[in-house]
Amino acid sequence: MLKYIVKRLILAVVTIYIVATLTFFLMYLVPGGPFLSEKAPSAATLAALEAKYGLDQPVTVQYKNYMLRLLQGDMGPSLKQRGKEVSDIIFTRLPVSVKIGSLAVVVALACGVVLGSIAALNRGKALDNIIVFFSTCGIAIPSFVVCTVLMFILGEKLRLLPTFGLNTPSSYIMPVIALALYPMSYIARLMRSCMLDVLGQDYMRTARAKGLSQTKALFKHALRNAILPVVTYLGPMIAYTLTGSFVVETILTIPGLGASFVTSITARDYPLIMGTTIFLAFLLVTMNVVVDIVYKLVDPRINLQ
Amino acid sequence: MNQNNASQEGKEKSRTVPLTFHLKVEDFLPASAEEKQELVTMRESVSFWRDGIRRFRRNKLGMASLAVVLFMMFFAFILPSFYPYNYYEQLRGSESLAPFEYSKAEQAQIAEGRKVFPHLLGTDTLGRDIMARIMMGSRISLLVGIVASAIILVIGSVYGAIAGYFGGWVDTIMMRIVDIIYTVPDILIIILLSVTLKHPLTRLAETAGFAWINKVGVGLISIFIVFSLLYWVGMARIVRGQVLALKELDYVSAAKALGAKNARIIRKHLLTNCIGTLIVTTTLQIPASIFTESFLSFLGLGVMAPMPSLGSMAATALDGMYSYPYRLFAPAITISIIILAFNLLGDGLRDAFDPKLKD
Repeated sequence: MLKYIVKRLILAVVTIYIVATLTFFLMYLVPGGPFLSEKAPSAATLAALEAKYGLDQPVTVQYKNYMLRLLQGDMGPSLKQRGKEVSDIIFTRLPVSVKIGSLAVVVALACGVVLGSIAALNRGKALDNIIVFFSTCGIAIPSFVVCTVLMFILGEKLRLLPTFGLNTPSSYIMPVIALALYPMSYIARLMRSCMLDVLGQDYMRTARAKGLSQTKALFKHALRNAILPVVTYLGPMIAYTLTGSFVVETILTIPGLGASFVTSITARDYPLIMGTTIFLAFLLVTMNVVVDIVYKLVDPRINLQ
Repeated sequence: MNQNNASQEGKEKSRTVPLTFHLKVEDFLPASAEEKQELVTMRESVSFWRDGIRRFRRNKLGMASLAVVLFMMFFAFILPSFYPYNYYEQLRGSESLAPFEYSKAEQAQIAEGRKVFPHLLGTDTLGRDIMARIMMGSRISLLVGIVASAIILVIGSVYGAIAGYFGGWVDTIMMRIVDIIYTVPDILIIILLSVTLKHPLTRLAETAGFAWINKVGVGLISIFIVFSLLYWVGMARIVRGQVLALKELDYVSAAKALGAKNARIIRKHLLTNCIGTLIVTTTLQIPASIFTESFLSFLGLGVMAPMPSLGSMAATALDGMYSYPYRLFAPAITISIIILAFNLLGDGLRDAFDPKLKD
């Protein structure tokens, strides 16, 4: 177990290092800079600005400096939002995204598991077909489509929900649905096939034969076994919720990290792009490691080597 | 199948004859020519392909999705050449027309008795026919899906096969690299690369011999590059797993004993035998690539104007979505149909071709 965790952690550190390095040099490859897009500054101002941010040094020196500062948790100043540190921007916007994201994950998990189990228990009946149909559609519809359609129907036509910001509790509904639909559909499909698999196993018959009630057999034996593959999906699901947040936050003008990432790219705010990418990569990789370890702990059959 | 039939017939015969120790003389008569013929006419042997296709044709959902995919191909690649409007022409005086609405100039033409083809979905704010743009956008989506998946298929299968076949430290190193790329958050790197690749590609397009880059579009090429850089790892893992099992089989040892080179064994014996998995994984990769392209274009990072993409069309329609909802819904529905059809097609092909699910 310990060996496995150590191996995963080393892999995670290497991955984050690679992402950081890749991001740094990719940013360096882009000609021009964040200052060029503004009202053409004079050569002297440009030189002064570059000297201030250390952009006049050779790339290897810049790389070394950036990495050293990164190790201390310093991601440098934002070039466009003057006077703000990248880490400040990230940490003021992070809680918003985390709130929406975690709500979406919970909704997707709960609804997906329930819908998938219902479909499996009613195999071949109308209810099963309906759930399968909608979950198949849910996988095919991109989050920006879900989001805009929701905005159009619930926000504009019916005027039930606010179409921007996060000021009232009801404004959480749309982003959470838009983010949760895909993972929910995916989990429902996964759950259905695993549940069908489990229901056909011998130990289910044994459980019923030894006098366990149907409900007890379902919860004690079927659900616990069928839910395991869903746990492995948690890692990709967190990644998906994150990328979904780029679109959803941009459309619904929610001041979260996803929207900030997209604007930093269009504004060519290099330290902010770099900081956000590295931070998000760190978050994702850590979550993946945690999920993998949890999975090994939950399923005793998994070989730890 | 033939054996099954034969044994079933045998069972029926033994059931009809009551259990007895008396031997029937007629059972021992020499077989007549007719009976001999019955043994000879065996059913034609069913190849892997015919078996899979037969199974696939029985799958109604799969066939329907195949029909939709073919229709979308026709819609995207052939129909635009017969459609009277194109995706970039800005028709003066016919900006922001509603579906089936005619501009003043066109109404004058109709009054003169000339036939004017209606704008099926109206025009956008620049006077471009939306239907034509949707066709072109679907073409981009399909191109991205198919080309990216083809690249992924080539890189992933060769890489996975080499890692699995040679094993040992080659495998360890190669799969470590895969592990690392697998854990890299793909969408972040894709966004980053598609931003940074544009400048070097535009510069490369200016040098002699690379003018074709502009023809295809810098945005499209950078999408191909980033997809093929990151997405092949899933394919490589699947192929490696299959090859690990396949290389232990006797026909590989036989090929080795006959002096076949490693490259030949991989090409002729290993990859051809995971063809089912390759087909299914590639088909399911298509909607994933289309999904990512539309996502990038929606954020304004994908293909560049005037080239339309379903994602960027939806993004531009967002501004006027309350006055012109069809401008948003048309690309949104098209992209959803394309992704849904490819997903269902992939599911159908998996049921038909994946040997693991064979009954």
